[in-house]
Amino acid sequence: MDVPFWNKEIETADRSRLETIQLERLRETLSWALKTPFYQKQLRQAKISSPDNIRSLADLRKIPFTTKDDLRLNFPRGLLAVDMKDVVRIHSSSGTTGIPTVIYYSKEDINNWADMMARCIFATGSTSSDVFQNMMTYGMFTGGLGMHYGAEKVGMAVIPIGGGNTKRQIKTMKDFRTTVLHITPSYLLHVHTKLEEADVKREELVLKKAFTGAEPHSEDTRKKIELLWNIDAYNSYGLSELNGPGVAFECVYKNDMHLWEDGYIVEIIDPETGEPVRDGDSGEVVLTNLIRHASPILRYHTRDLAYLHTDPCPCGRTHRRLSRIMGRTDDMLIINGINLFPSQIEEVVMRIPEVATNYIIQVEKRGDLDHLTVKVEIYPKLFLGDPSQLEALKGRITEELRSAIILHPSVELHEPNSLPVSEGKAKRVIDLRPKE
Amino acid sequence: MAKQLTIFLENRPGRLSAVAKSLIDNNIDIRAFTIQDRGDYGLVKLIVNNPSQAYLALANLGCACALKDIIAISIPDKIGNFELLTSALAQNNINVKDAYGFVLQTNLKGVCCLEIEESKAADAQKVIQAAGFTILKDDELYNL
Repeated sequence: MDVPFWNKEIETADRSRLETIQLERLRETLSWALKTPFYQKQLRQAKISSPDNIRSLADLRKIPFTTKDDLRLNFPRGLLAVDMKDVVRIHSSSGTTGIPTVIYYSKEDINNWADMMARCIFATGSTSSDVFQNMMTYGMFTGGLGMHYGAEKVGMAVIPIGGGNTKRQIKTMKDFRTTVLHITPSYLLHVHTKLEEADVKREELVLKKAFTGAEPHSEDTRKKIELLWNIDAYNSYGLSELNGPGVAFECVYKNDMHLWEDGYIVEIIDPETGEPVRDGDSGEVVLTNLIRHASPILRYHTRDLAYLHTDPCPCGRTHRRLSRIMGRTDDMLIINGINLFPSQIEEVVMRIPEVATNYIIQVEKRGDLDHLTVKVEIYPKLFLGDPSQLEALKGRITEELRSAIILHPSVELHEPNSLPVSEGKAKRVIDLRPKE
Repeated sequence: MAKQLTIFLENRPGRLSAVAKSLIDNNIDIRAFTIQDRGDYGLVKLIVNNPSQAYLALANLGCACALKDIIAISIPDKIGNFELLTSALAQNNINVKDAYGFVLQTNLKGVCCLEIEESKAADAQKVIQAAGFTILKDDELYNL
């Protein structure tokens, strides 16, 4: 098999070379981190006041973990390490309790990210001859722009179409002879069901590949996609705290994702104890970003469960491979590629007086897409007996949820005291999607 | 004005019987009922012998219910009367929000219950009477 490289020297560097780079960049990242109010305090408590306190990669474990809560509590500038005049991009995600998280990028950070991304794209055999339809959401979400910059760096013809509007997506594939897609796996399956409606036959398209990401999916789903579309599908992993897409990506061998170890230090830990698991065992993925100055992040708890392969990949890359994401250590749901915490729904429900505080979140498959239903109880004292009042209430809850979580849920009204009470560990999430 | 009891119920088996049982337990007699289907839920509308007592009984159960003002009209069971009533309202630009009717004695007596926008309820009563119909007093409706 032809194995293309974007940067062969680094991608095939031996372990000791990679570790030398990691240590050097970790110390550099630490010096940036020490410029931020959050890390000054956090690292001082761990008795780290200078990069000199880190003498080997083993010393990494002296550094405390960083959590999503840390990012929230220090919003908006507690983790900013550079002057605002050096910031060229801000990405933000909605938070779990209304407080968002933010990541800043300097020009060099964006360039480093795009370079990692280009490496991913090249590893799949895509080149500057490809026409690339980026069907991931643009805007504050890192999936769209992150991949865009990498694709431009490779020299692909980028179509920044963004998500949604299925018929237009299909027409665009045909009109511009798209060869490579970037898309969530569920949406890619959904688009296939709409080909006939769009009056386009698969044979009229010249699609070759898809980069699938933003939601965990199984090997079976990949096979289904590849069979239905007659393309190669490559798994992609990333999260905005660690730049976005481009942390790990599959090569032409499609046997799980090379994690770029000169850009990120990966640890797999036991989520209960925080101790590293044995090589090859599964646990929580903890990542340190080595290639970003504006928002340095050290030992970040991703809450994703996965493992690292211990055997080498036939492609010759030395960067270890991360398995598919097997689950989460928190209650985050991923719905059509969008991350959702039940607390985000709770917050909206709580501020609407006409509904009680109990709620249920139900997720199911409708066709190939996920569908979210939020069940709430009406509050008896504010019930007027009018259907128009109830429909307006439904509309208002739907609208408030939509602006808070981006997703468009169905809202169901229920009788008072019919849903589990909000105290204790009531089960609020019913996930009816088939387990893969 | 006469009161109609409106109850919010989830659209699933057993909910109506739960309400019916509670009404029995409180000696409530049903005069008329209708149900409005709204998909995941329904609105049950009841005319009963004692609306406030029925309301309290259901509210104590935790039900979402409300007492609504309606105009109950005694209307002879004769072809053309419904048209007469509705055209009188139409001519006065009065909109009917909700309505139901039933025959009490074939060819003799019927009742029509109307829900009219609050700001026009007083006008509506005048119009209905001017058209020659009798508006039932609250007790007359509850003790049909």
